[in-house]
Formats: sequence, structure tokens, C-alpha cells
Amino acid sequence: MSTSPATFYERVDKAIGNPALQAAVRNATSRMSSGRDAAIAAFPEMDVMRDHARAIRAHTIARLDHYLREFEASVQRRGGHVHWAATSEEAVAIVVDIARQHGVKTVVKGKSMVSEEIELNPGLALAGVEVLETDLGEYIVQLDDDHPSHIVMPIIHKSRHDVARLFRAKLQATDDEVADAPRMAALARRVLRKGFLQADMGISGGNFGVAATGSVCITTNEGNGRMTTSLPRVHVALMGIERIVPTLDDLGVMLQVLGRSATGQKLTVYSNVMSGPRRHDRNGGREGESDGPEHFHVVLVDNGRSAIVGSELAEILYCIRCGACLNSCPVYQQIGGHAYGSIYPGPVGAVLMPALQGLHTWRDLPQASSLCGACREVCPVRIDIPRMLLELRDKTTELGLTPIWVTFGLTVFRQIATRPALFRRAQALASWATRRLATDGWIKSLPGHMARWSKKRDFPAFAPKTFQQLWEGRKR
Amino acid sequence: MTRVKLLVTCLIDTVYPQVGFSTVALLERLGVTVDVPPNQTCCGQPAFNSGSWDDARAMARHLIDVFGDDDVPVVVPSGSCGDMVIHQAPHLLKDDSQYGPRAAALAARTYELTQFIVDVLGVTDVGARSGDRLTYHPACHGLRGLGVARQPLALLERVEGPPRCPLPEAETCCGFGGLFAVKLSEVSGSLLDRKIANIEASGADTLVATDVSCLMHIAGGLHRKGSAVKVKHLAEVLAEGRSQ
Ligand code: SF4
Repeated sequence: MSTSPATFYERVDKAIGNPALQAAVRNATSRMSSGRDAAIAAFPEMDVMRDHARAIRAHTIARLDHYLREFEASVQRRGGHVHWAATSEEAVAIVVDIARQHGVKTVVKGKSMVSEEIELNPGLALAGVEVLETDLGEYIVQLDDDHPSHIVMPIIHKSRHDVARLFRAKLQATDDEVADAPRMAALARRVLRKGFLQADMGISGGNFGVAATGSVCITTNEGNGRMTTSLPRVHVALMGIERIVPTLDDLGVMLQVLGRSATGQKLTVYSNVMSGPRRHDRNGGREGESDGPEHFHVVLVDNGRSAIVGSELAEILYCIRCGACLNSCPVYQQIGGHAYGSIYPGPVGAVLMPALQGLHTWRDLPQASSLCGACREVCPVRIDIPRMLLELRDKTTELGLTPIWVTFGLTVFRQIATRPALFRRAQALASWATRRLATDGWIKSLPGHMARWSKKRDFPAFAPKTFQQLWEGRKR
Repeated sequence: MTRVKLLVTCLIDTVYPQVGFSTVALLERLGVTVDVPPNQTCCGQPAFNSGSWDDARAMARHLIDVFGDDDVPVVVPSGSCGDMVIHQAPHLLKDDSQYGPRAAALAARTYELTQFIVDVLGVTDVGARSGDRLTYHPACHGLRGLGVARQPLALLERVEGPPRCPLPEAETCCGFGGLFAVKLSEVSGSLLDRKIANIEASGADTLVATDVSCLMHIAGGLHRKGSAVKVKHLAEVLAEGRSQ
């Protein structure tokens, strides 16, 4: 999905006008945030662990070439295949090719934001491959022809009733089958079970790739990831090239901060570490592994990432997609993920989308922040998102994409503010003007662009005399 | 005797001069002599936050010239202007061989007001008394930009008068964010609604903060809604002496 036809501002207005959506998003995000806070309060080592996690990510991204090559060699040593995709088109073509090679008709899929980013499902459908999403949230998204609105909880914009309605319409569910959440989950499970047993190929994401061992780690809470990657005869793991950690020890650190930051869990329920295809013993005897895929493919997706390495936005590649910055962001809490119009919403998305795809498409996202810093405070790898939003705003101006009334206004302001005598005169003028517009010290409606301020709040008349004027008087 | 230079901030200078005088009165009561460099204007934060970094640089240079290169501490009664001088200006000017080091030196001697009183002067009881039921909103830039969390609370705790009223979701942004409140007025407005609902739920009659920009935003929302809750800068509360 690229930008929807509506503009960012139209989508925001639509979200703000939808109290049910706002309530759903605020409930879910505040539940996740308090879960995170509690888990961290119960783990005094978290601060040190976060520093450690950040150091691992910084080290890896600074030597990404090296670790990617090591990862590739390790995967190959274990009998797996590594594919490099420079763009989303290439990535889709690679997966379609793998499917063709192995005569794949049906695919079960675990949750993967990269697959959303490269628009894999439409690509597979075009190639005649049937895809079944097996993460419950993603399954619901797929049934409803929707898009995820959160990177960890895809359907936080939907209520239980929305899902019940959907199941009735699409699965001909009975009232009893949609009576409560567990029964709805049970119904979905029955559908998914069949899918798992029939599928020729499983596609997963990859939370981390371990360079030293060639392992791919995925974390899920539903166990669907485990079935997706072990039942079908072919497993394809899709990963952004930045998802590498050097060693299994490093992986241990990342998992500890990931679970706590994402959902407030000490550890996500299922953490699967998969290293290569199923191994048979040489004589076909009992020494081999009892399960796992016959073929193991890793697709490493660049799609704009390598261009970020070494730039002032490189830090965003440290991200481990925990979603904590979304949950803590007051703007995300008010508008939800769809308003951003991007695969990755919220604070991380507001940096990542322009970093990956350019400001021409995503100039509005870095503006969608009051710079309150809540995201930086919760990020397990301490990414300074506000700093990068500011860098992006500067770039926006350099590219001539900032509205004229902002840039012109600020240039005039600068001319005045660097000339104290002129500044004093401008203050006097502003004081006179605001006091004329005001009744009892307050302005109800401001002119020009500032009218948007006074839609929601009054504006004060300025003081008749400035502090500096009064201070002069006091000294005399 | 301690001497400081006051960075008044353009908003206090233009809109809320009484906050400037409360700051001076408070500091003088603590035995501090306050100078006010006359040519100061704006620290450049509006331009910096809006991506007009060249304009922000020009204003930051002006500020550096005005405050000079001595070692007199600079005190600023605003977390966001403090963050601008302490963190952002040195970053903006890091490639400027002349102003870069001066920006860093100015940053090193600049303190947000409560930081200065609590951490430098070592005072938490400033001898204040307030008849108001106070609730405190920790404004974001001071809280997360400068890490000023405990200082305002310690000062407020020692103010005589009715017990403080805890503010629900205190650390959630009020939605101001400079031009954000204009560009994304609706989102900002819905955050403001949420802040105001929490303020009213706190049972306080006065909201206190350390940033007049957020106070201007919240006061504008309170006034629009016809609320009876007042707003005060912390300096105004602390300047109300017990003997008065
Ligand atoms: S930026 Fe940080 S908080 Fe946000 S998703 Fe990534 S790791 Fe989590």
C-alpha cells in the first residue's frame, strides 16, 4: 500500500471524527503501555539491558555488510538459501519463483510487516498462489480486505463486534460461534488448522537473523509461527536487511527487551529459532530431525534500507519493531494507524517511511508530532525519534516542500528577532493588534492560517507593556 | 552573592510579563542578583521545530551574542526554551567554528529555573504559600528534553497551603507543540480536550506548569470551554511568599 488517495490531513480529520475508533485505539494502547511499564518496573536491570541492546544494534548496523555476509555463509552452511532483494518488486519475484520451483499452490503465512511493505499477497495471488494469513489479527485483516493499523497488534482499530460481524458475513458464523472472543478465536483456529495441513509453503517474517549461526528467530504469541515454519515442506523467511544480530547471546538480550517493551511480557510466548532445513541422517535412519521444512529460504529485503546506513537517520535501523513508541504516542493514540496512510505508522513510521521512500511522498508524517518525546522515553533501543523528525522537517524545507506561509513567516520573524529595536516595535504592534481583536483579554477567532488555532482554543491578547519595558521602568 | 542572567523568553516578554517579574522576585528572595540582557529576543525554537534551521541558526547566534562569553549562569523559566539553548542550539551550530564552541559554552551555563533553584542553589523550600488547590502538568520539553522531573515537584511539595491535587495522565502531552497546534489543529485539540478533562477530574482550581507556551495553550482551551480553572507558572506560585 502506498498513500491512499485521501490526503494525510483528510485521513486525520476522519479519524478524529470517529470516537469509536479513538476509544478502541486508546484502550488498546493504554493497556499495552501499562503492561510495558509494569514489566519494566519489575525488572530493575532493564536500563542496563536497554543500553546493551542499543549497543548491539549500533554495532551491527555500523558493520552491516560484514554481518550480512556472515549470516549468508552461516545459512548456506546449514543447507539453507539466501536471496537478496534490492526492491519490493524483486522480493516478490523471488518468493514467486521459489513457489514455482517447488510447485506450490497454497501458502500459510505468519505475521510479517516486510510482506506488507513489499505487497507480497497481491503478488502471490497474481501468480496463482493462494495465501492464508495465520496470525489471528492478520487473518481478520485479510478476511476484511483491510490493512494492519499497528505493527504488533494489526487490528487494534477493530472492536470485538466488528470482528463478529465480519465472521458472520465471511465465514457464515452462527451467533454462538461469535458470542465471545475465545469462541471467535476457536472458529478461526478451525479454519487455520486446515490451512496448515494443506499448505505447500510457509512464509514467515524474521524478528532477528543471527549471523554466527544462520538462524532466523521469530516471536509470536499464538504458536501460528511455529506451525507456519515447520509443517509445510518449504519455509521462506522474509527479513529487512537490518534485522541481523551477531550472536545467539545478542539475540537473548534483544528478546528480553522486545517482549517487555511490546506487550509487557518477560518473553513472547513462542520464540522460535530456526537454523536451516530439517536434517536427515545420512542413511535415512533415526538420527535425523523429526520435523521441519525440506527447504529453507531467507529473503533479505533492502528496499531503501542500505541508503539509510551512514545517514543521520541510520538510528532508525536499530528499531526492533516492538511498537512501544506507537503505544506511547499521544498523536497515534488519538488518530490510530490508518491515518498515517503508511505501512509503518506512529513515531517509528514517521521516520522510517520518509527514510525509505522519500519526503516527496511522506512529507506530512514528520509533522505529525508535538515532539513530546514519549517515544524516545519508551524505545528499548533508545532511538531518538524526535531528533530525526526535526532533521526530516529541516530536509522538508531544504526540498522546498514546507508550506510557504511557514517558511516565509519564519524568515520574516528571524529578520525581526535578530534586530532588537525592530523586535520591540513588532511587539508593540502585535500587542496593539491582539488587544484590538480581543474581548476581555481573549481572541475567539484569529485571522489567516492561525484561524486553525482558534478553532479549538482562545488566544490571549498580549500584554500592554512588555517585560523589558516594565523592567526598564523599574530600574529607573 | 550569586548573580545570574535571565533569559526572559519572547513569550513571557510579550504575553506574560508578570511571570518574568515573579521569576525575578523569587530569585531575589533567594539572594540572587538578576541581570536582564536588554537585547534578547527569541531563542529560535519556533523556526527550529518547523524545519527552518537557517532562520533558527541566525536567532541562536543572536542569542549567543546577547548573553556573551562570561561565566555568569543563565536562568530560563521555560523547559522548552531551556532545551533549545542547552541541547538544540549546540547541535544546530556544531559545524560553525565560531559559534559552535560558544553555543556549547552557553549551554553549559544555562539552567531551567527549577533546576537552578534545586540543583544549583540547593533550595526546595522557597518560603512560598498558596491558597489555591494546585495540580501540576510536567511540560514535555522540560520533563523529557531536560530531564527536569523531580525539581518542580520538590518545590511544589514545600509550598504551604491546601494539599496538591494529583493530575491523571500527567505526563501526556497537552497537544501544544508550537505550529503543530496550527498544522494539526484537530489532533492537538483532541489532546487538549483530554488534558482538560484530566485537569477537571483532578479537583484542582489552578493548573501549574513551568512553560508558558503550554500554559497559553491549556488556558486557551479552558477559557473556550468556560472552565473556572486558572493557570499559573510555577514561578508565580513560588513567588507568593508566606509573609504576604
Ligand atoms: S522505534 Fe523503538 S519503540 Fe518504536 S517500534 Fe522501534 S524499537 Fe520499538
